Amino acid sequence: MTTVESIVDRSVTQKLETMLLIRTFEEKSAELKAAGHSPSMCTSVGQEASAVGVISALDERDLILTNHRSAGHLLARGADPNRVMAEIHGKATGYCGGKSGSLHISVKEIGVILTSTIVGGELSLATGVGLSLQMLEMQGIATVFFGDGAATEGIFHESVNLAAVWDLPVLYVCENNQWQAYVHRKETMRIDHISEWGARYGIRTATVDGNDVEAVAAAARDAVAYIRETGKPFLLETYTYRLRGHMEPDDQAYVDKEELSRWRSKDPITALERKLVTDGVLTATELAAMKETVRKKVEAAAQFAITSPYPTLDQLTAGVYA
Amino acid sequence: MSEMSYRDAIRAAMMEEMDRDPSVLIMGEDIGIYEGTFRITAGMLKKYGAKRVIDTPIAEAGMVGTAVGMAMLGLRPIVEMMTVNFAIVAADQILNHAAKIRYFSGGQVDIPVVIRGPHGAGVQLSAQHSQSFESFYAHFPGLKVVAPGSPADAKGLLKTAIRGKDPVMFLESAALYGMKGEVPDDPNFTVPFGESRLAREGRDATIVSWGRMLQLSLIVAEKLAKDEGIELEVIDLRCLRPLDMEPVYASVSKTHRAIVVQEQWKPFGPGAEISASINERMFDELDAPVARVTGEDVPMPYARNLELLATPHEEHVVAAVKRVLYRE
Ligand SMILES: Cc1ncc(C[n+]2csc(CCOP(=O)(O)OP(=O)(O)O)c2C)c(N)n1
Ligand SMILES: [Mg+2]
Repeated sequence: MTTVESIVDRSVTQKLETMLLIRTFEEKSAELKAAGHSPSMCTSVGQEASAVGVISALDERDLILTNHRSAGHLLARGADPNRVMAEIHGKATGYCGGKSGSLHISVKEIGVILTSTIVGGELSLATGVGLSLQMLEMQGIATVFFGDGAATEGIFHESVNLAAVWDLPVLYVCENNQWQAYVHRKETMRIDHISEWGARYGIRTATVDGNDVEAVAAAARDAVAYIRETGKPFLLETYTYRLRGHMEPDDQAYVDKEELSRWRSKDPITALERKLVTDGVLTATELAAMKETVRKKVEAAAQFAITSPYPTLDQLTAGVYA
Repeated sequence: MSEMSYRDAIRAAMMEEMDRDPSVLIMGEDIGIYEGTFRITAGMLKKYGAKRVIDTPIAEAGMVGTAVGMAMLGLRPIVEMMTVNFAIVAADQILNHAAKIRYFSGGQVDIPVVIRGPHGAGVQLSAQHSQSFESFYAHFPGLKVVAPGSPADAKGLLKTAIRGKDPVMFLESAALYGMKGEVPDDPNFTVPFGESRLAREGRDATIVSWGRMLQLSLIVAEKLAKDEGIELEVIDLRCLRPLDMEPVYASVSKTHRAIVVQEQWKPFGPGAEISASINERMFDELDAPVARVTGEDVPMPYARNLELLATPHEEHVVAAVKRVLYRE
C-alpha cells in the first residue's frame, strides 16, 4: 500500500520531478486520446505548481477532495501513475476498477476521497469532512481544490460561510486558472481574486503566484499551520493559467493568443528548471536524467493502461449498495 | 423542406422564434462568445447581440431562477444547460418554482420558460454526466417534458415550447445532434404537444419509444422485418407530459403486444407509467405482459464495455420483441 509519508519528499528537486511527472503524464493522456486510445480528459498543464506546492504542505492525516482536473492532485499526493492511467482508460487495474474514468478518481489509501465533476460539487462535502474531523477530534484537515468557475456557484458561498460560522479545519484551494470551460473569468465576475470573496465571509485568505511552486508551498504551509493551530478555515487562491484547453482535444481557438503566450512564458516548470540549474542545485545532466526517468515512468503507465484488461462484466452491478 | 441536422433544426427553431418575437432570448454557459459546447448557438450572439444571447457564469440555480423571474414579466427565456445533468443544481427553481407558480397564483402568473440541452449516455462521461431525466421531470405537474427523436420534431416541438405559456423541459439527445432529416422551412410550422406519432406501421407488436431510443427501435424494426418477417409498429411519444396514449392504445388493440424502449433506469421510469396505462385501459386485449427495455439499474459506469452493457442496444430490443411474441 502506498502511504503518504513514503512518497512525500518535500525537497525542491522532488517538487520539480513531480511537476514533470504531472506534465508528462497529462500530455501523454492527451496524446493517447488524440490517437484514439482513451476517452477524453481535462489536463492541468500550466497549473502543476499549484497541485505540488499545496500538497507538499499536507501530511498523511489530511484529506483531499478535488474536481475534474484531479490527475495532478492525485499524482502530487503519490498516486501510482499506472493505476491513474489505467482508470483514465477505464481498465480493471485502475483505482476505481474502471468505474470512474478520469471523472471521479478517488484513492482513499492516500487520503484523496473524492473527485466530483459537478462544478462545485466537492465544496460542501469538504465542509462536511471538516465538521467530521472536528466532531471526531481527528487531527487532519480537509483540503478541497476547486476552480474560479466553481466560485460562481452558490454552493461555494454556502460552504465557506458554514465553515466560517462553525470554525472548521478546511483548506479551500481555489485554482484560479482564468478559464471556466470556454469562457474567460473576466466575463463572469467583477473581481480578480476569489480570495476577496472568501475574506467577506470572515475567514483568513491569501492569494499566491500559482506558478511558483516554492511560493505556493510556503503559502500553503502557513495556511495549514494556521488551520492546525486555530481549527479555523483558510482560503488559499493559487493564481495561475490553464495552458491547454478545457477538455481534450481543444484547439483553443477562443483563447487570446497574446494572453496565452504571456502565460506560456511563465510556465511553472521551465521557470523552476532554469532557476535550479542557474542556482547550481541541479546540473543540466541531472535534469536530463530526471526527465528521462519521468518519461519512462509515464511510458510504463501508458503501456500498463493499454495492456490492462477491461473490468469483468459482473462488475456492472457490483457495488451499487454496501 | 430542407435536409437538416437535429442540431441545426434546434437552432433554426430558436432563431425563427427570436425573429418573430422580440421577447424570446437565450441564456446559458458558453453559448454566446463560444457558440455552445455542442455548437447549437453558432452565429446567434452575432445576430442578436448580448442582450438576447446571454453568457452566464457557472450558476445554474441563479440562471434558471433568473429566467423564471424574467418570464414572470412576460419575457420568454430559453435556458441552455450544457448538459441536462447540471439542471439538478437548479432543481428548486424548476420544480418548486417554475412548475408551481401558475397554479398557486390561481392562474395569475404564467412561466414561459424553456430549459433545454442534451441528456443521455454513450460517450464515456461516467455517472454524473450520463443520466436520462424524462421521468424525473415528468413526475411534476406544472412542467411539460418533451423529447424529440427526429430533426423535424426537434424544430416543431421547440417552437411550440417557446410559444407556449408553461415551463418546458426540452430533453435533447446529444447522440442525435448529427442526425439528418427533412425539416419544413415554413416559419409557421410547429408540432403540437401531446400528439404521439405513428413512426412505423406494423402488425405483430407495438414499440413505444421517443428520443434516441426511437431511432434504435426503428433500426430494429427494419431488421426484424427483413430477417424474420416480424412487422413492428413503432409509436413515437415525442412528449412525456402531456402524454398522448391514444395512438398507443389504437396500436395495441391491433397488435395485442407492447414493448417500451427507454434509456432510463427501470424502476419508476416512463415504461412503468406506460405499461400501467395500457393495463388499466386494455388488460383484456393483451396477449403478453408489456415488456420494458431499459438501462441497467446502476449509476453509469465509465469502462467502455460496462457502459455498453448498461445502455439498451439492438439485441435487448430484439430479445424483448421475441419475448412478447413467445418466440424465444
Ligand atoms: C454544475 C455544473 N455545471 C457545468 C458543468 C460543465 N463544466 C465542467 S468544468 C467547467 C468549468 C469549470 O471552471 P472552473 O471551476 O474554473 O475549473 P477549471 O476547469 O478552470 O479548472 C464547466 C462549466 C459541470 N460539470 N457542472
Ligand atoms: Mg478555472
